[in-house]
Amino acid sequence: MPLNKQIKKVLVIGSGPIVIGQAAEFDYSGTQACQALREEGVEVVLINSNPATIMTDKEIADKIYIEPITLDYVIKVIEKEKPDSLLAGMGGQTALNMALELSEKGLLDHYNVKLIGTKIEGIKQGEDRALFKEMMLRIGEPMIQSEIVTDVLSGVNFAAQIGYPVIVRPAYTLGGTGGGIADDEVSLKAIIVSGLSNSPVGQVLIEKSIKGWKEVEYEVMRDANGNRISVCNMENFDPVGIHTGDSIVVAPSQTLSDKDYQMLRTSALNIIEAIGIEGGCNVQFALNPESFEYAVIEINPRVSRSSALASKATGYPIAKVAAKIALGYGLDEIKNAVTGVTYACFEPSLDYVVVKIPKWPFEKFFKAERTLGTKMMATGEIMAIGTNFEAAFLKGIRSLELGQYHLKHKKFMKLPLTQLKALVMKADDERIFALAELIRREYRLEQINAITGIDPWFLDKLKWIIDQETHIESLKLEQISSDMLRKLKRKGFSDKGIGDLIGISPEEVYDYRISLGIRAVFHMVDTCAGEFEAVSPYYYSSYETIDEVTVSNRDKIIVLGSGPIRIGQGIEFDYASVHCVNSLKRLGYETIIINSNPETVSTDFSIADKLYFEPLTEEDVLNVIEKENPIGVVLQFGGQTAIKLAKFLSERHIKIIGTDFEQIDLCEDREKFDAFLESVNVNRPTGKGVMSVKEGINIGRELGLPVLVRPSYVLGGQGMKICSNLIELEDYLVDAFIKDKKNPVLIDKYIVGKELEVDAITDGKNVLIPGIMEHIERAGIHSGDSMTVFPPQTVSDNMKQIIVETTETIALRLGVMGMINIQYIECEGILYVIEVNPRASRTVPYISKVSGVPIVDLATKVSLGMSLETLGYGTGLYAQPDLIAVKVPVFSTHKLPDVEISLGPEMKSTGEVLGIGRTYAEALYKGFIAAKNAPDIEKSSRKPVVLMTLNDEDKSSISEEDLPDTFDYCATRGTGVVLLSHGVTAIRVRKIGNEAPNLLDLITNGDIDLIVNTPTHGDDTKSDGFIMRRAASERNIPVFTSIDTYRAWNYASKIITSSSETDIYNMK
Amino acid sequence: MKARLILENGAVFEGEAFGYLDTQVGEVVFNTGMTGYQEVLTDPSYCGQIIVMTYPLIGNYGINLDDFESNSIKAKGLIVREKCAFSSNFRSEFELEQFLKHNKVLGIEGIDTRALTRMIRSRGTMRGIITTEDLSETEISSYIEDYSSKGVVYAVCTKTIERYNGLTTSSDEQHKKVALIDYGAKKNILRELLKRNCDVTIYPAWTSADEILKDQPDLVFLSNGPGNPEDLAPEIEEIKKLIGVKPIVGICLGHQLIALASEGETEKLKFGHRGCNHPVKDIGKNRVYITSQNHGYCVTKLPKDFEVTHVNVNDGSVEGMRHTLLPVFSVQFHPEASPGPRESDYLFDEFIAYAE
Repeated sequence: MPLNKQIKKVLVIGSGPIVIGQAAEFDYSGTQACQALREEGVEVVLINSNPATIMTDKEIADKIYIEPITLDYVIKVIEKEKPDSLLAGMGGQTALNMALELSEKGLLDHYNVKLIGTKIEGIKQGEDRALFKEMMLRIGEPMIQSEIVTDVLSGVNFAAQIGYPVIVRPAYTLGGTGGGIADDEVSLKAIIVSGLSNSPVGQVLIEKSIKGWKEVEYEVMRDANGNRISVCNMENFDPVGIHTGDSIVVAPSQTLSDKDYQMLRTSALNIIEAIGIEGGCNVQFALNPESFEYAVIEINPRVSRSSALASKATGYPIAKVAAKIALGYGLDEIKNAVTGVTYACFEPSLDYVVVKIPKWPFEKFFKAERTLGTKMMATGEIMAIGTNFEAAFLKGIRSLELGQYHLKHKKFMKLPLTQLKALVMKADDERIFALAELIRREYRLEQINAITGIDPWFLDKLKWIIDQETHIESLKLEQISSDMLRKLKRKGFSDKGIGDLIGISPEEVYDYRISLGIRAVFHMVDTCAGEFEAVSPYYYSSYETIDEVTVSNRDKIIVLGSGPIRIGQGIEFDYASVHCVNSLKRLGYETIIINSNPETVSTDFSIADKLYFEPLTEEDVLNVIEKENPIGVVLQFGGQTAIKLAKFLSERHIKIIGTDFEQIDLCEDREKFDAFLESVNVNRPTGKGVMSVKEGINIGRELGLPVLVRPSYVLGGQGMKICSNLIELEDYLVDAFIKDKKNPVLIDKYIVGKELEVDAITDGKNVLIPGIMEHIERAGIHSGDSMTVFPPQTVSDNMKQIIVETTETIALRLGVMGMINIQYIECEGILYVIEVNPRASRTVPYISKVSGVPIVDLATKVSLGMSLETLGYGTGLYAQPDLIAVKVPVFSTHKLPDVEISLGPEMKSTGEVLGIGRTYAEALYKGFIAAKNAPDIEKSSRKPVVLMTLNDEDKSSISEEDLPDTFDYCATRGTGVVLLSHGVTAIRVRKIGNEAPNLLDLITNGDIDLIVNTPTHGDDTKSDGFIMRRAASERNIPVFTSIDTYRAWNYASKIITSSSETDIYNMK
Repeated sequence: MKARLILENGAVFEGEAFGYLDTQVGEVVFNTGMTGYQEVLTDPSYCGQIIVMTYPLIGNYGINLDDFESNSIKAKGLIVREKCAFSSNFRSEFELEQFLKHNKVLGIEGIDTRALTRMIRSRGTMRGIITTEDLSETEISSYIEDYSSKGVVYAVCTKTIERYNGLTTSSDEQHKKVALIDYGAKKNILRELLKRNCDVTIYPAWTSADEILKDQPDLVFLSNGPGNPEDLAPEIEEIKKLIGVKPIVGICLGHQLIALASEGETEKLKFGHRGCNHPVKDIGKNRVYITSQNHGYCVTKLPKDFEVTHVNVNDGSVEGMRHTLLPVFSVQFHPEASPGPRESDYLFDEFIAYAE
């Protein structure tokens, strides 16, 4: 069927803030979908609360609403824009749930909006476990023995019937939140309780555990005509039991015979036919490794993380094709963009192997429970392509940026076998290295298969790698023959990996390799295994014989992406990289992107002129540079991942476009930076770098406590802490020097003040400051985790002037070219600098959108030598926007067991939303609503109950203004006394451990709507505060751990009591 | 041991030998299927050909005794990027290497199969030699010149008439008598027919029309097979005698033979269609199916009174045709799959519906 001409205006719902289980992949798919719709002349109206996305750019949609994705605001958009259709399959679970809610309330009919793509009935059948099970039964597709329960007792009874272990899966949640595997009745009860409260419909599925079965996924598509294809299948390295988002995944499947493969493919196609999918769908199977027995685990009737991965793995643009299908096209009417001659109705054939490895946040949350299970915990992932499994796998390992270039991991080398075995059986984020060590010690592969369920095929491949590593260690470089080195390179060994094993530098291996004429070549990802001539500019490296890249004679610039998404380095950097590419394209350069993250817009092969899907390591980046010979490389938009390469590139005399290595180093080397600030007369909190515990204690005494301590060279406040006494300081220092003896620990005087931040652009002569951001929480909370308002609300004109002057001084005197981000503290009228980053920061997307200054575009232009004065946005502080924007961080801590919730100098948030308003209160209100991290008073059926437990400092600062009579209060004894002194009678709560009802009981019973808990110490998993915060988080009860956040919320909710008092704003 | 592939254009690819050490000449073709190497190797349609698998890792799930498409390897050689020596699948009974060795077939690994595929794609299918020996120029050219695909059908087809009864033994009237003329039939054609309760008699390719008619079949089924259909002039003459007398259906080579027997024309494709991902539109149903394909020739001129029933979505070539008046229907692709998607097995029901 051709284009449905009745579709003229489509509302697209985005996925909102980045959380674990719902990340950048929906910006990729949403952006692709919006573009596909507009290509057909359809008007696109977009709603997404996440400002750090490409899809909310003015180039992507016709109307852009950066508004909360809640029923109220979606309705406001529908009423204002009157779209005729809704596309809900692009914004993950968030959009799908919204579509269901709209439909169930009859609002789609009411507003005459047609859902395009998969119909509501299909979505329900795919999402509702009972309906899905019924459907599978009807079409004869096997499922795992299971039952849906809505209460604990039925669950326990059913488990007794089918036998333990059982898996608990809550309905309608993303990333399996609140689920888990239960080995006995006690653990089952606990998991059911958590699952029921996480499921918006109060349902959980109890199912027979099929641990050890293979997990296989199919990405399939169907059009309204019933044409069906399988785009890609994938085999999980980790068997069933570990969430696929936390599994190493290989595409295509490796250990399935054609019969196995076709059996599951047929099943997947039958399922989407029965459900009536119109677009993309993901089908997950469990396959008994000993027979043809299989079971359908679940489906996702929409694009997903897996479909993004499949798109990047095959070159097949699933989201784009899904959008075209939604408009009425048949698969056989949509051109294959990769070949330009064939159609979308075919199945990609791969002639390479793809490996995906998750990236977990445990570098940040080292105290968290890291055991992997049915709940997804990874924040991001990398993908690697190779001509064999080993090559893709080793590329993948080094793409993770763990400092691992081979499988030998220091941490596991000294562990006893029993411990290694336990680690391998338990499966955590570092399991792969424990596994490698166990294989190195010649533990029998068959037995590893028995205890882990990992297929022997994968184990055999790992063993080959490990055997080579052991062999290499016994050799000198010149003993490695040309044939052997070529073989190692073909199998993905890096120069650094080989060098480390021999004990020499990677440069020596590189020089030797080049002397033997062994160089990387590049192949095309063409969807068809070379059968047709392809036009896709999408490449990966190998050490085979032919190179398929045609190097043009145009001026080329390489833009480095930012690798896997992790806390502190998220989607914002992908946004900046993509904008840089667009800017360079407009300037007439040939653009080349290198990145390893399959979830992103930047790795869509239609973004840059060429895409190299490669690890962002020195060697892999150099390979591309040697091939393409660009005029320069842009680092400043790729976060710390790209910046880290500055030294290497500089040593190789490769031009860095924008700020050069010396200036970058000046910002990151503490001593040089201090000297610099002194030379330009800028204040910073006094402090010093120390190299020993003793020295640190002395400095701590000298500065006076509290002090802020952190390791040098950091991003996202990794390992940062505020120490309020010498014992804490000593503990920190001892721990830090165990981890890293070579680099200093920095100790600063901790200044409590107002935190301010600027992103600025400089051409070396002038500085443009698009805006000053004011943090709502006082200093001490990581800038990524604090709420921020732009333009500032409480900064005097005089102070603004000081900020502008100081920013100009720093930017110009440092010699920065392009982007600079500076964080300040204002304390008693004095401005202190706390951090300078000579690169784009995570605030760039939102400031660009609110201020209207195309920051990345300007920064790209000045980096190439253009003058700010000629670019049309002036210099100095840019005019304040009419609208006020409040950025609110969003956390995924409830998905990570044992992670501290209270905010501090360590960044914890995974995403952010923006609240936009004419007034500060309106912006705040919408920010809180969008982030869903404060009680929704409007929807509350009772007077909200606030539980307060405050630290001494906050006790003394609290006033009647903080305690409006619109709430009821509960408090622990000390705080209760203070409240009483302000005329507020709070219900006294007993501490945890005391007789019921105590603090924990109130939380568990749902008697509390908000917790305001300002802790004295964080991170102590045994403390009452910690237990209380975790309990609240797991039950989705909002917790404010800074009195400033509470005050902001209190302020907003006094002025605005209902969403009807707020407006929506088209950001275009 | 080193082994080489020498192509008729002079290109040489060097790799490591595995399987049976030998020298063979054949037509070098590539297959883009990511699974199904066992079915491909034993598919009689590959007789006389050296197969290049574009998927780089071959042998991962071993070889089993159930997935044969004939009782031995029919291909002349196998070229892969990397063979797997350690297979993993619950049905794996042999490793690929040993399977090749005992079938006396040479394999070469360590070849840049993408480079080779691209060469075949741009130059067209070429003859080539695989060898572990050092051949002189004259030896090479004599090998190449001696190569012919003539007679491949006779080499692979059954030599005697074989009879099979449909799977259910109940003597209801469902049982149709199918005469399967074997030009190199894949076993799965037989399996699909038996599954549908047909009693199948398999005849050697050279069987006369009279002999077949004597058995009074309800349906004549022309199988797939290797080589150039134009080489089978005597067989085409026999088919002419059957058209209009008995319902006739065909797959692949059988389809091409029907075209030639009805004054249609076939031509050699530049590099053929071999793989499991070829989209074919069933015009009647207005639906596209992903099909398994293996053919080097195709019907370029439709015979008189025939209509196209199936078309290749990628290149528009004829994938199926039907006589507008007589019960004659055939497809170019492989509804029996093995390897490949099974979704066009509905065609077996359509074939059988032609039975008298």
